[in-house]
Amino acid sequence: MARNILVVAEVRNGAIRPVSFECIAAGREIAEGGAITAVLLGQQGVDASELIRRGADRVVVVKGDHLANYTPDGWLSALQQVYLQEKPDVVLMGHTGIGRDLLPRFAMRNAAGMISDAIAVKVEGGQVVFTRPIYAGKAYATQVVKDGLIVATIRPNNVAALEADPGRTGDVSEAEAASVHLRTVVKEVVRKATTGVDLTAAKVVVAGGRGVRSAEGFKPLYELAEVLGGAVGASRAAADAGYCDYALQIGQTGKTVTPDLYIACGISGAIQHLAGMSASKVIVAINKDPDAPIFKVADYGIVGDLFEVVPLLTREFKALLG
Amino acid sequence: MEILVLLKQTFDTEAKVTVKDGRVVDDDVTLVINPYDEYAVEEALKIREAVGGTVTVLSVGPARVDEALRRALAMGADEAVAIEPPADADEYVTASLLAAWAKDRKFDLILAGNVSVDTGAGQTALRVAEALGLPHVAAALKIEIAGNTATVHRDAEGDTEIVTVPLPALITAQQGLNEPRYPSVPGIMKAKRKQIARLSPADLGVDVAPKTAVTSVYQAEQNRLNKMIAG
Ligand SMILES: Cc1cc2nc3c(=O)[nH]c(=O)nc-3n(C[C@H](O)[C@H](O)[C@H](O)COP(=O)(O)OP(=O)(O)OC[C@H]3O[C@@H](n4cnc5c(N)ncnc54)[C@H](O)[C@@H]3O)c2cc1C
Ligand SMILES: Cc1cc2nc3c(=O)[nH]c(=O)nc-3n(C[C@H](O)[C@H](O)[C@H](O)COP(=O)(O)OP(=O)(O)OC[C@H]3O[C@@H](n4cnc5c(N)ncnc54)[C@H](O)[C@@H]3O)c2cc1C
Repeated sequence: MARNILVVAEVRNGAIRPVSFECIAAGREIAEGGAITAVLLGQQGVDASELIRRGADRVVVVKGDHLANYTPDGWLSALQQVYLQEKPDVVLMGHTGIGRDLLPRFAMRNAAGMISDAIAVKVEGGQVVFTRPIYAGKAYATQVVKDGLIVATIRPNNVAALEADPGRTGDVSEAEAASVHLRTVVKEVVRKATTGVDLTAAKVVVAGGRGVRSAEGFKPLYELAEVLGGAVGASRAAADAGYCDYALQIGQTGKTVTPDLYIACGISGAIQHLAGMSASKVIVAINKDPDAPIFKVADYGIVGDLFEVVPLLTREFKALLG
Repeated sequence: MEILVLLKQTFDTEAKVTVKDGRVVDDDVTLVINPYDEYAVEEALKIREAVGGTVTVLSVGPARVDEALRRALAMGADEAVAIEPPADADEYVTASLLAAWAKDRKFDLILAGNVSVDTGAGQTALRVAEALGLPHVAAALKIEIAGNTATVHRDAEGDTEIVTVPLPALITAQQGLNEPRYPSVPGIMKAKRKQIARLSPADLGVDVAPKTAVTSVYQAEQNRLNKMIAG
């Protein structure tokens, strides 16, 4: 059964987010001959045809000054407008700050079922089956939407994006968003993300725990992250102690990350921390306690003082990559 | 200020998760108030302390959720209501039930968690806002109420967004919002005597079928190299 797919693409720091390409790839898995339409809501200044090269058949760019900043009212109304026009069978978006905020309301508006935070999707016996972690990654569930519109968010870094195909072409059209009264108003955005790399989508995460001992102690971690093009994360103990912002916290009550490389520095490996990072592809742990539980989930364990090991790694990687 | 808190009972974050016959086994598991919902309860109490009003906690769940509701009462909530979950309830069904109960009750503010720490879809509260036609602000780190407007600092992927929203509105709690209090002894005594109303979906006139189904559940496996490198 051919399915038409609508991918809600996102722009961050002037570029289309990788997870949007990953959603297109997920769409390809399940389209079975249907078309993939990517939609950009109010986000100008990017080359929309990049979405075509990454596997979309068409792109719709919805224009409207009120869409420049995300607000639930503005974006939901614009998405609903595109949805009613396109009538897709499936709507996909990254499980990002905006994806989680927008799609549950969109699903409810259309009395649709939604699968959140899927890490894989395929067609099985004619049904679209999503896999998602539950109980903080201690188990997995496969879930389906029984009938009607399928809505889902896809966790960053889990579905491989398609290589850009420079030869692919497709239609890029524009639409004007109807104006809408915005009830929530964004007064100010205080930028905190520090390395400029989004933690939840980063390919490399360097995380610090109580062992980092101070805000100052995070410095070498930032240097290592910088060299690796990664983001800095933290345990709750580090955030609680005020060494870093809560925004960096990884774990059951923090962010969930699945980078290619996770480097845990001075983190003991409490179950609640593991909940947020245990699905990382390669885990490296640096801890001075050889019995720290983090070593049980690590691919590579380094017993030592993080203040010696981390700068050493930074130097080695600099030499290797630079 | 009439405040409603949506509260889910979840596994304790330390709980071992065992899958048997395609289901997560929940006997002998310590159950707690979903940590994010505990922040929501705390915030509701703080707002009530500041401006007056009432705090009602509402949960969809089996008889055992009374324990979580009673803890919220012991923290200081005024009233608790439980709704019996239909079989195979999903976020759509749960949200429909919560919204049906809240619909005609004129709350000024609905507080909920950002996500549940067990099945963690992060949909239910926002679906309730949509069903009730209310604006929402998700992942609040700070809430200030002045008259009919809430100013909320929210976590937006690490950045902090400062937004205003007119009441009534639904706001979900992010970690960092507050430090939940422990129930006091008098609070616990008082909570013991309170009645927790229990309604069925039929009482609410809600008869909706789930939109999603779980087709399998399986345990996560760990395959790590566990290579140690001398420091
Ligand atoms: C409901 C609930 C939710 C929670 N949610 C989360 C969550 O989302 N995320 C989270 O992380 N935690 C969470 N926790 C907290 C969790 O239980 C742990 O307390 C926390 O993860 C511990 O952080 P840590 O590993 O940094 O600190 P510790 O456990 O104190 O470990 C510090 C480690 O640093 C090592 N160390 C010290 N100095 C050095 C050095 N110089 N070099 C190398 N190693 C050194 C020590 O050997 C030790 O292993 C939660 C807890 C609860 C109850
Ligand atoms: C494998 C699996 C099997 C399941 N089996 C069943 C089943 O047999 N029966 C069943 O009833 N459910 C079952 N569920 C759970 C059900 O789908 C969800 O618990 C429910 O829809 C809420 O979604 P959530 O846990 O993701 O909460 P989220 O959407 O992450 O919760 C966000 C916030 O919404 C509010 N909220 C969420 N749930 C409730 C609630 N119940 N009451 C009050 N407020 C709430 C809280 O404030 C919470 O912080 C199952 C889920 C899975 C994944």
